[in-house]
Amino acid sequence: MLRAKNKTGLVFFPAFDWAISPTHPEREERLLYTQDQVFEEGLLDIEGIVEYKPDLVTVKDVQRVHFCVPDPWAVMTESHFISAGGAKTIGMAVMDKKVDRGFALVRPPGHHANRVVHGARGFCNVNIEAIMIEYLRRAYGVDRVAIVDTDCHHGDGTQDIYWHDPDTLFISIHQDGRTLYPGSGFLNEMGGPNAVGTTINIPLPPHTSDEGFLYTIKEMVLPILADFKPELIINSAGQDNHYSDPITNMNFSARGYAQLTDLLQADIAVLEGGYSIEGALPYVNTGIILAMAGLDYSHLSEPDYDPERYQQSPATSRYIEQTGVKVLKNWRQRKVLAEAARVQPDCGQRSRRIFYDTDSIYETQNETVRICNDCAGALRIESSSEKRGTVLAVHLPRKACPACKAQAYQWYESAPADRFNHIFLQDRPEDNFLIRKSTVPH
Amino acid sequence: MIIGLDVGGTHTDAVLISENGLEKEVKVLTDESRLFETVLAAIEALTDGVDLKKIRRAVLSTTLAANLIVQNKLPPVGMIVAGGPGIDPALYRIGPHYHMVKGALDHRGREIAPLDEGEVETAIKALKKAGIRYAGVATKFSVHNPDHEKRIAEAMAPHFERVFLGHQLSGSLNFPRRVATAYLNAAVYPIHKQFFEAVKLSLAKKGLDVPLRILKPDGGNMSFDSSFDDPARTILSGPSASVMGTLAYAPKSGATLVLDIGGTTTDMAVLIDGVPLLAPLGIEIGPYKTLIRALQTQSIGVGGDSVVRLTDNGLTIGPDRQGRAMTYGGPVPTPTDAFCVLGLVNGGDHGLAAAGIDALARKMKRSPEETALAIFDQACRQIMAAATQMVADINSKPVYTVHELWEGSEIKPRHLMVLGGPAPQFADRLKGMFDGNVSVVPHWQVANATGCALARTTSEVLLFADTAQQVAVAAGEQFHKEITNNFTLEDAKELALQLLRDKAVKRGANPEHLEMEVIEAYQFNMIRGFHTIGKNIRVRAQIKPGLIRGYDPIAGKLRREDL
Repeated sequence: MLRAKNKTGLVFFPAFDWAISPTHPEREERLLYTQDQVFEEGLLDIEGIVEYKPDLVTVKDVQRVHFCVPDPWAVMTESHFISAGGAKTIGMAVMDKKVDRGFALVRPPGHHANRVVHGARGFCNVNIEAIMIEYLRRAYGVDRVAIVDTDCHHGDGTQDIYWHDPDTLFISIHQDGRTLYPGSGFLNEMGGPNAVGTTINIPLPPHTSDEGFLYTIKEMVLPILADFKPELIINSAGQDNHYSDPITNMNFSARGYAQLTDLLQADIAVLEGGYSIEGALPYVNTGIILAMAGLDYSHLSEPDYDPERYQQSPATSRYIEQTGVKVLKNWRQRKVLAEAARVQPDCGQRSRRIFYDTDSIYETQNETVRICNDCAGALRIESSSEKRGTVLAVHLPRKACPACKAQAYQWYESAPADRFNHIFLQDRPEDNFLIRKSTVPH
Repeated sequence: MIIGLDVGGTHTDAVLISENGLEKEVKVLTDESRLFETVLAAIEALTDGVDLKKIRRAVLSTTLAANLIVQNKLPPVGMIVAGGPGIDPALYRIGPHYHMVKGALDHRGREIAPLDEGEVETAIKALKKAGIRYAGVATKFSVHNPDHEKRIAEAMAPHFERVFLGHQLSGSLNFPRRVATAYLNAAVYPIHKQFFEAVKLSLAKKGLDVPLRILKPDGGNMSFDSSFDDPARTILSGPSASVMGTLAYAPKSGATLVLDIGGTTTDMAVLIDGVPLLAPLGIEIGPYKTLIRALQTQSIGVGGDSVVRLTDNGLTIGPDRQGRAMTYGGPVPTPTDAFCVLGLVNGGDHGLAAAGIDALARKMKRSPEETALAIFDQACRQIMAAATQMVADINSKPVYTVHELWEGSEIKPRHLMVLGGPAPQFADRLKGMFDGNVSVVPHWQVANATGCALARTTSEVLLFADTAQQVAVAAGEQFHKEITNNFTLEDAKELALQLLRDKAVKRGANPEHLEMEVIEAYQFNMIRGFHTIGKNIRVRAQIKPGLIRGYDPIAGKLRREDL
């Protein structure tokens, strides 16, 4: 009988009755053929592969990560509570040692969702990995976490949430932002002044194939993970680097994804994007499940896969090698780079305009972080959009020092109630989400 | 009148049901090595003095196939499989005559690698050389396109006595289970055929030339003839016989837990609104996971004859048994002996039972009565713990739509129905441990045989339609039809019900009272680029497991002219 080498948990939630819109890539049909393949292969019968029913996340779980404007109900559907819940279920199964590792094969995805949420961007409303991670930190006392985002699009939402957190290593591998949504994720995006270096972006050129992806994992990601020594490794397992994906330009294969999974040895994988629903997803998901369980995937391949055709050019290989040199150099010099960053005037300030492509919302943000040597720093965000109004969002980090705590409460309490539609404080040490009454008429 | 007969591990029970209700019941000891004689002896005893002309039907549930599997006595079977990309089909090898050939279909049933007919020929030659007479064929995704399986079977047909095709045995997706199901059908076939033809002949010689029906593990029956197309569908029908025996008396709303407490095991099942719950995929027996549809039942090794032990953690019951209870000359104390000491049953030799319980009582430094009660309580606790776990497992079964997850209500049984030999004693004790109503099934000792007699004929159909490929397939029914772009979910439901009707009637169902229902109906728009190219439709329909028309559960009488 077939037996998994690693006991592997699986939440499979295809949300067969939920779509952004009928013809949207994020629609009912997306995981239909994946289900067929997973069922037909008999993966759920394999000794050591355990399927779990997803729990729902609570509003408290969501507010531990996000400032939803005006509230979670306005920006989430039932499906989001379930997909984040699926990730949480897997996280708990791993932490409770019911399984060695796990994969949340859920939709809708989450890695484009920022800390402040006015609506949906990049098909994402809330960040399902971050909600899971912050729950695990709270419930199990996990501290150092690494997230490796292998979706083809830059994981800008996850980057935003962990921009100031030195205890969360965020590595995003994606198609170069000059050629693909969301247009960010360049080498110089390395984290805020209190966390320089723990955000790492590895933009890869279009048409990168198995060789380039596996090189990136082996030569860049694994050495950095070995240095960082996380307690948990999370893989945001987007599947749109596949050669057949309709909205990207990469040449990754199903077996390549399985090899990547094998190399990375993530504790938890969470499905992100991937819209080649017939040509890629059934095979990539099967490959990821087999690799996580420690089973043979050498017979797995897409019907139309031709390794010759999807070979990357020598120029692409050279470009990736050069990127690797820069990534590793930045990583090694992160302390020096941090010192340099922190002497810049206004280094604690950030002003941005954020476009919610899915919901057509423009958000304006002004962010201030307290430069701190003792913690991730109190964070103050002023955010407004035409649709949702103006909000003051104050975040007090998980391991906040007394000075940052004082600063956060001062920001929160002294905010003029007549200027903001909503005034929020996320007090992570107390695990509280506070709301001050606004006097702005609705 | 109808004969219902259920072969159990310890006893074989048989009943005769007529317009007067339970006309007659008998119980004989089962001799596993002489099942044929056991069945005939039970029928002999049952029909003794009965006008045979009044008997119109006999429904049997036997352990024949299950015993072959559990005792590893299956004859050699040839398998030819085509896997295609994915998990290596070599990992699902069953038996020494397992041949893999090239050929592959994708998840929509499109051919991605042609069938290698040369390899098929080579495999057939090897099987013939090995003297194989019965064979199974399974290919990946054959339920979406049976072409490869059919072509392999065509090539095999002249050379083998019988070949079973995976797609005809179940419409569900699961290649490894399809392989196992085809294998078991081929393996069980010769013995099944020999056994039931012999039974039919012997009964006819006796003057009992009535239609024979055979109980399936899904709580329905099938005709004698159709059983040869699906002989493995006789495996583990025993637990379903008990469940069907409680159905007449079960509450029509809410969840009910059914416990069949026997000598060796306690079998558990759940009814929802008076209908038994089906297992998601199929029965699992020995090393085999199958697509043989079955009621959701679970068996634990706690029964009247289970071994009682005193461990560091206190008393434990089962999961093994060592012969009979001490009161009947067995070697170790059992719950039955505890009942003897408590005066709840007469048993055999009271002294033997008391001696066994006394020995335990001295070790526990308690009185024999206290010890007997402790044994009884422990048996009840183990049964309830297993039942609670079973309900929890059912409630944690994954669902795949937002609606089901959000609206899905948890099962919380409010009724407990007990049957089997020691049912009244257990029911009494379980009252204190169950939050709800506890009752004993009427005629608890033969309720299984009654269930067998009264179960209706069941069937299931799974239909796939793909309007982009313009095809509707119900592989299990050998149905393949071209459809137009305009084919709708409603059309699919109608078609599935039509196919179900045909199948059920062929299996022996009463066409006037089919109790058909659509249990799953999904429709997906298939979008490529920004255009809808078609719809992908899946419909599953079934005959609800239940009792035959004309049985009046309140009066306990069969009101059918034809029976």
